[in-house]
Amino acid sequence: MPLQENGLVINHQQVAQDMYIMEFMAPAVARECQPGQFLHVRPGNTNDPLLRRPLSIYDADQEKGSISLLYRVVGAGTSLMTGIRENDYIDIVGPLGRGFTLPAPSKTALLVGGGVGIAPLVYLGRALIQRGCQVTAMMGAANENQLVAGDRLLEIGVPFLPVTMDGSRGYPGMVTDLLVPPVYPEEIVIYTCGPEPMMAKVAEYAQRYDIWGEVSLEEHMACGVGACLGCARRLKANDEAYVKVCKDGPVFNIMDVEF
Amino acid sequence: MEKQDMDLTVNLGGIIMKNPVAVASGTFGYGREYEDYLDINGLGAVIVKGTTLEPRHGNPPVRIFETAAGMLNAIGLENPGVEVFLNQHLPYLIDKDVTVIANIAGNTIEEYAALAARLEGCKGIAGIELNISCPNVKQGGLQFGTDPVMVRDVVKTVKANTSLPVMPKLSPNVTNIVEIALAAQEGGADALSMINTLMGMAINVQTRKPVLANVFGGLSGPAIKPVALRMIYQVHQEVDLPILGGGGIMNTLDALEFMMAGATGISIGTGNFVNPRLAYDIMVGLQEYMQENQINNLNEIVGIAVQK
Repeated sequence: MPLQENGLVINHQQVAQDMYIMEFMAPAVARECQPGQFLHVRPGNTNDPLLRRPLSIYDADQEKGSISLLYRVVGAGTSLMTGIRENDYIDIVGPLGRGFTLPAPSKTALLVGGGVGIAPLVYLGRALIQRGCQVTAMMGAANENQLVAGDRLLEIGVPFLPVTMDGSRGYPGMVTDLLVPPVYPEEIVIYTCGPEPMMAKVAEYAQRYDIWGEVSLEEHMACGVGACLGCARRLKANDEAYVKVCKDGPVFNIMDVEF
Repeated sequence: MEKQDMDLTVNLGGIIMKNPVAVASGTFGYGREYEDYLDINGLGAVIVKGTTLEPRHGNPPVRIFETAAGMLNAIGLENPGVEVFLNQHLPYLIDKDVTVIANIAGNTIEEYAALAARLEGCKGIAGIELNISCPNVKQGGLQFGTDPVMVRDVVKTVKANTSLPVMPKLSPNVTNIVEIALAAQEGGADALSMINTLMGMAINVQTRKPVLANVFGGLSGPAIKPVALRMIYQVHQEVDLPILGGGGIMNTLDALEFMMAGATGISIGTGNFVNPRLAYDIMVGLQEYMQENQINNLNEIVGIAVQK
């Protein structure tokens, strides 16, 4: 059950240009967090910026009662958030939305993340490892400095393949360049989050080899709970009806989405 | 003052609310969406999402955009139609102990009449809010709300098709709000809901195009509060109908301002998105205000700031 809680910030650090990780104590919400769900975060107490920001759950420690968010500064709201200090409180509502579906433990999971899109895949990786799945992450970023989640993935036990567009670390190019024809496609599941052109390539790959997978979509939201109908999206070009990313998603089956 | 001596009950032209705080149509779904955050039974009224005869898919995205201390929306009245509303959504609210106000919208005056007739006799509906001011649909909506003759006629037609109290929601996108309010009164309105959103827009400088797919959208939030207050003040001066006032209410002080400007009840809209339990918090805040100021009935302050 989602709820509203004031999280006590225990750690807030800049990890790259325009990228931050914030950890706060919110035991009641942490208990409920499933991978792929999001929190609706109020960036400040003023009327401007007004609305909450939907941010993926980057990690959660249910025993400790803490939640971590990895976010990129993209506008006034996230910019205001960067000023939050340790021992400040942050007003959160969550966890919200439909998260990732976990596969059978015998499956091998492929996590394909681009930029800040790696965030929900980290908490997913933790759940997959706990489940006993084999997991590999492919992580794309503009450059070495923007590859921010590597340490956390290693700590969780997820091996990752770094890819940078400028070649400053790992494979030079696009993260989707690493998607090679699978030997046993039925043994694999794929999860992706990141820029839409990247997810489009992952979806194309999953379709070509008939691999089960899920994507996490992003949309501007107002309510976050399915009331305002603001975050509408047609999953396929010919669909008449719109899904609401906040309530029907943000995670969707990869075969259901046309990019 | 003891709590038991306080009377928070509000009579909005025959719509009885246990307290003055309603949640605005389109911002609260059908109530269920917010059940995890507040006690729905603690609210004065739930005004449900605008309902049309047939289902509507609404506008393509982008539908919403945040602006300075506010937001634009162009949802386009997406809703499952009146039958699904009655069969799948209303029963949830009937099971609660809360006043339910239906919100109806049509393309033609005949559709308003048919909707009113369809709701007639339906258990659990305390009143009808008439959406004659939606800026985001191609037909109907705003065009009904900006012409006094049409306002009068649509209210009259709906009144002829229902025994429920009728409360048109007035558009602020007019030159003379008092003229529109008087027309609604002439048509037989029992109360007035005001204000709906102010028509606005935003442009994406990168793409050099309007942000919203609908080009124009309705501005809401704290940015419109002074406009809403002014219009409620003006209408309260000239029109003898109870007013449900809203427009950017974010806290108890805002709510009190609306009441002092002439609103009998208040509605929370965009504020629900910011604080999902805001309506409940404001209800508690009003009780505290009454206690602190020795007021046993909030009607004592309705319109108190208005210089007649």
